[in-house]
Amino acid sequence: MKYLLLICSDEDQVATLNQEDGDAMLAEYGVFAEEMAGRGVLAGGERLRPTADATTVKVRSGEVLLSDGPFAETKEQIGGYFLVDCADLDEAIEIAAKIPGARVGSIEVRPIWPM
Amino acid sequence: MADVTTPFEAEVTEVVHREWGRVVATLIRRTGDWDLAEDSAQEAFVLAVERWRRDGIPASPGGWLTATALNRAIDRLRRAAMGRQKLRDLAAMMPGPDTPDPDESGIVDDRLRLIFTCCHPALAPDARVALTLRSLAGLTTSEIARAFLVTDATMAKRLVRAKAKIAHTGIPYRVPPAHLLAERTTGVLAVIYLLFNEGYEASTGADLVRAGLCDEATRLGRTLTELMPDEPEVLGLLALLLFHDSRRAGRVDASGDLVPLDEQDRTRWNAAAISEAVTVLDRALWLGRPGPYQTQAAIAACHATAADAAATDWAQIAGLYGELGRMTGSPVVELNRAVAVAMADGPQAGLRLVDGLADSGALRDYRLLAATQADLLRRLGRRDEAAEAYRRAIDLAGNERERRFLTRRLSEVAAPARP
Repeated sequence: MKYLLLICSDEDQVATLNQEDGDAMLAEYGVFAEEMAGRGVLAGGERLRPTADATTVKVRSGEVLLSDGPFAETKEQIGGYFLVDCADLDEAIEIAAKIPGARVGSIEVRPIWPM
Repeated sequence: MADVTTPFEAEVTEVVHREWGRVVATLIRRTGDWDLAEDSAQEAFVLAVERWRRDGIPASPGGWLTATALNRAIDRLRRAAMGRQKLRDLAAMMPGPDTPDPDESGIVDDRLRLIFTCCHPALAPDARVALTLRSLAGLTTSEIARAFLVTDATMAKRLVRAKAKIAHTGIPYRVPPAHLLAERTTGVLAVIYLLFNEGYEASTGADLVRAGLCDEATRLGRTLTELMPDEPEVLGLLALLLFHDSRRAGRVDASGDLVPLDEQDRTRWNAAAISEAVTVLDRALWLGRPGPYQTQAAIAACHATAADAAATDWAQIAGLYGELGRMTGSPVVELNRAVAVAMADGPQAGLRLVDGLADSGALRDYRLLAATQADLLRRLGRRDEAAEAYRRAIDLAGNERERRFLTRRLSEVAAPARP
């Protein structure tokens, strides 16, 4: 089954990381991604720019409406994701718990809805 | 379950209760469809009543029911089969040699798969309880709704949502592999204990249906000991439930008021349940891997096996609470230790521990902290302080019965006339 693992954390807090801690975090993500690629479960994954760079788009009565920022103001924001293809929810949970971001924020595990 | 009117119906009711979980568990494994499994099991049980009335109950009612339910399920799928996919599903389920067991643990009883799936930590706690009662214990949605004081519609929705989550998110239908087993077993035990406590406390009002939850929990606990006979904590939980349950008849008086342990009529305790509990606990302790349920059961054993309240070995109980506190780190356990210390070494020693807990702020607004303080102050003859603590406890009381008990105590210590 495929799952999208959304990495959620307080981006203001992430922004305050100093260079050294930031580099350490990136290195941990590198180790994680390598391990998962080796296991053959990784189907994709990217880091996202903060919500300050988000543009929200909606169409109402045929008109495209834009707003600056995320679609909802929340305490934690999605900062990145991994797409994994693994056996079941137990394995998805186990992978999610290994994402370095799980130790500071939280990971939302969303099964992909096959169409 | 149905009202019992004849010996035949009584026996069928017993078979339903015993076999429901096994039939549903196997059907879920074979069909992968929880609703289909329950509906087919239901049909098989209805057929069984007709058939068995005529032919008698077969030697292996469980096997008959499972085979019949599986045939019903295949019929239903055949009627519904339209695409190739459905037909392929059908072929996979056709009776034949059992599919090899994919579990690393090597345990094949489907009921164990069922209970671990019902109690999966990705489900909401109230959904775990409801699903266990529906799928494994065979209670109807209305019975569960009544027991948890919600409407049928609310309970139906809760069950539908839980089953949908299992199907959509890929919660595996299996006994967890070794690296998850201990943690998940703890989760299953927590669900059974929660279920028991719902019935035992009936904290939002006395109700017979809710009291039936104690029986369901004990039954599930017993099933689990059959399925995991070498897990000391599983045995520990069953022993604990049996000890608690043995006191059921003695813990409320004729008017429904709570009777404190030291005032209970011990001849009303269930001696058979106590002796079973002692046997189960012995076996657990013999396995040599202590845990919180075994320790709680050992404490309950100290009470249950004392000839009378005065003969209770409070020093040992205080020691066991100390052990339990180290395992759990719980301030509630520390409060219980204080009560035991008060019994062993006098109210002053107990009050010192309780006051320490109160100062730490860990149990602020916990009703039993105030009630314990009140009781110890009363025994020390500090009536004014006791009255104040009783009033605080009454404000925090969880149910009417408890409030009545505390009010009675308050009237014993409060000054007779107030301006």
